[in-house]
Amino acid sequence: MTFRYLPMTDQDKKAMLEAIGIETTEELFQDIPEKVRFRGRLQIEEALSEPELLKEMGRLAAKNVNTKEYSSFLGAGVYDHYTSSVVNHMLLRSEFYTAYTPYQPEISQGELQAIFEFQSMICELTGMDVANSSMYDGGTSLAEAALLSAAQTKRKKIIVSKSVHPESRDVLKTYAYGQNFEVVEVDTENGLTSLSALKEAVDGETACVLVQYPNFFGQIEPLKEIESITHDAKAMFVVSSNPLALGALTPPGKFGADIVVGDAQPFGIAQGFGGPHCGYFAVSSKLMRKVPGRLVGQTVDENGKRGFVLTLQAREQHIRRDKATSNICSNQALNALAASIAMTTLGKQGVKEVAMQNIQKAHYAKKVLQEKGLKTAFDGPFFNEFVVELAVPVKDAKQKLLEEGIIGGYDLGLSYPELSGHMLIAVTEMRTKAEIDRLANVLEGLSCAQNISR
Amino acid sequence: MRTEHQPLIFELSTEGRVGYSIPSLDVPEIPVETLLPSEYLRQEAAELPEVSELQIVRHYTALSNRNHGVDSGFYPLGSCTMKYNPKINEDVARFPGFSSIHPLQDEETVQGAMEMMYRLQTSLAEITGMDEVTLQPAAGAHGEWTGLMMIRAYHEANGDFNRTKVIVPDSAHGTNPASATVAGFDSITVKSDERGLVDLEDLKRVVGPDTAALMLTNPNTLGLFEENILEMAAIIHEAGGKLYYDGANANAILGFARPGDMGFDVVHLNLHKTFTGPHGGGGPGSGPVGVKKDLIPFLPKPVLIKEDDVYRFEYNRPQSIGRVKPYYGNFGINVRAFTYIMTMGPDGLHQVSENAVLNANYIMRKLEPYFELPYKQHCKHEFVLSGSRQKKLGVRTLDMAKRLLDFGYHPPTIYFPLSVEEAIMIEPTETESKETLDEFIEKMIQIAKEAEETPEIVQEAPHTTVVKRLDEATAARKPILRYQKA
Repeated sequence: MTFRYLPMTDQDKKAMLEAIGIETTEELFQDIPEKVRFRGRLQIEEALSEPELLKEMGRLAAKNVNTKEYSSFLGAGVYDHYTSSVVNHMLLRSEFYTAYTPYQPEISQGELQAIFEFQSMICELTGMDVANSSMYDGGTSLAEAALLSAAQTKRKKIIVSKSVHPESRDVLKTYAYGQNFEVVEVDTENGLTSLSALKEAVDGETACVLVQYPNFFGQIEPLKEIESITHDAKAMFVVSSNPLALGALTPPGKFGADIVVGDAQPFGIAQGFGGPHCGYFAVSSKLMRKVPGRLVGQTVDENGKRGFVLTLQAREQHIRRDKATSNICSNQALNALAASIAMTTLGKQGVKEVAMQNIQKAHYAKKVLQEKGLKTAFDGPFFNEFVVELAVPVKDAKQKLLEEGIIGGYDLGLSYPELSGHMLIAVTEMRTKAEIDRLANVLEGLSCAQNISR
Repeated sequence: MRTEHQPLIFELSTEGRVGYSIPSLDVPEIPVETLLPSEYLRQEAAELPEVSELQIVRHYTALSNRNHGVDSGFYPLGSCTMKYNPKINEDVARFPGFSSIHPLQDEETVQGAMEMMYRLQTSLAEITGMDEVTLQPAAGAHGEWTGLMMIRAYHEANGDFNRTKVIVPDSAHGTNPASATVAGFDSITVKSDERGLVDLEDLKRVVGPDTAALMLTNPNTLGLFEENILEMAAIIHEAGGKLYYDGANANAILGFARPGDMGFDVVHLNLHKTFTGPHGGGGPGSGPVGVKKDLIPFLPKPVLIKEDDVYRFEYNRPQSIGRVKPYYGNFGINVRAFTYIMTMGPDGLHQVSENAVLNANYIMRKLEPYFELPYKQHCKHEFVLSGSRQKKLGVRTLDMAKRLLDFGYHPPTIYFPLSVEEAIMIEPTETESKETLDEFIEKMIQIAKEAEETPEIVQEAPHTTVVKRLDEATAARKPILRYQKA
């Protein structure tokens, strides 16, 4: 079999061996002790030609129910949003995706400038002073915010609201264990962080308070009250935020957040079965030299021409080694680029319009469901997600919806036992009125059937 | 590459221009003031750029023209494995059945995705000689931390709470000690000997009852195979420690040697390096971790298993270190890596390493007369030269790297590893043709000659790029990290 990615011919090989002064390539591997030399043939699947491979991968892909063909009301941290065709076309400019970290700024100005623009847009949306070039995702970004807070305050207690994404909290706990930090979870009340429980939990040992805005249930947390509880204890105020929501909501920076993190997935990044997405990390200027990950800064060249470089590298793992507070190295540069392009396509007007449509459509959906007799939980203000209580098990409801071409919402009982029977429904600008009405009809039908059978 | 100034996207903005199109709101509009408290309604709009679609396309096209990727030209960046990124991978990753699926969909609706993941993790286990693989970690550094957390959990499960030290060779990448710190360990350094390999005597000196693990890259960052690997494994294992394999250099040994057979207990791979990721300008990567049997209980949650031809995520793992990432890893990168493995098969992967090693040795021997070569033995997939000879002439490695830019190359990795003076680390990869290598060799020799005859040409390089050398000191002293309206 020949391999199209391997250009070496027998002729080439002969000439190269000669130049090296050896007979066979085997001589180059003599330093591998015979005892560890692998002499077998790897027991992996046989190579496929390009057409065969396309067919096989197409077969695997076709087995999955996808949101292009089904209408999805599933959110819970990952959303189906409008993405202009422009995004993919620009991402496929291979000078971007086949490059590595811009270590040589003279031939990486494109990537560096794009990241500088990304940092600027994230600052704009979050209301913060400084944003880095990206993190792996919203969950690890939140964990890194906790580590930074602990290092900054020299305290070891991390307080997180239970209305923060359950998987992000799980990641946080793993990171915190690594550093021997304590994680305290604060209960919710009517879908929001309980302020009385928070007050009780926060003390002089508290490094930070982590909340999500809008929170996991879609509700708008009272950042103003949480900020004062947090800062009264001289702890760091960390807000995890859906950046698209910030097109319509007051940015966390305005409420005095010290660190704002989140995932830029809503901006032009495929749901992709959960990754790669794109964490962002933004801080107030006093934390500028403590930010994990890479930062791009503006400077000038020898001729005074504007240019961009990776900067403040003294913070980073490759310089600080064991003194580093974060080990992040590769981040999500290409997805930060995708987010930048998507944010650019939306622009000042679009980001607001899309965010507002999410609010309008989600509120319409909630109202229709209520009118159909479904119970909804929580009555606070919300963005594009809300909670309904079903009369049938959520799993059954989702099965029925699937038969109707609908991907139902998230089964909250999976992470909140007290909310078993509740579904978290996300309605983005992608859902039409007709789709929302269809969802309502199916769910209504289910609850009626249930009532009759009782 | 075009040389004109490219404005920031914000500088192209004109009020009222748009680059998007969504349907008009089709539900009855309710005044938003009645839905949300005014305090939480954004008062000042976020100042994102206002540009038309063509302006956007021109802008990002212009930026791409100011960037060098593997598709633009040779990219021998040592330790980064800048091989060709196959186009089919990009197409497959964009199939709606892979790109438009939600991670929280019911498992019955994503069996194809789970099958792909399972086949990938099984392949990686075979390639590395490990018993089980998790695809969760998002990148190499994330994999290192995940692996170390598992080693820590393993020791703690044995009631062993005093194993606080991770041993790292002096040639290791800075990420290794940083990952150890984040996993709650202290790191200590073991020296290299005059052949560039871990000094066994020094290893015996630093190892002890407090040893949690030794982290090793093999071949190491000098591109040399650690020949004493079995002795090292014995020293660590006898002391009760675990052996961690940093897979940054796995491209050298596919089908030739497997970390699992060398005594390693934990392995991470960089799918964006060895398995054609792509690198994406600095990510997203993917850093799966493989473990031996005794570490399986500590794998991060959830673990993907197959039962009677049905795939499912198992969450009931009482000894697991927990979650290291929301959802299941960088799935999109894993799709690409699987596509690549299926393209190459067992014989192709073997040939990958054979050719990568041959390419590296070829360049090394051709350049040996012109540059200092600190370690003379055959190398694996990469090698390290020293610019010490040229430094005496007033030409530094940085200068030579910048001079390479004039010839359309991305320079090698420079000043790493720290143990080599004026280091130049070259990794050609197997996807480059002999013609490309010969041209590069020719230019490197030319630069060595220029260093002797016309050093100022090298010292003042680059001459042809869109910007000249940039003032990094000022960038760090007076940071400008975002656009601000004049």
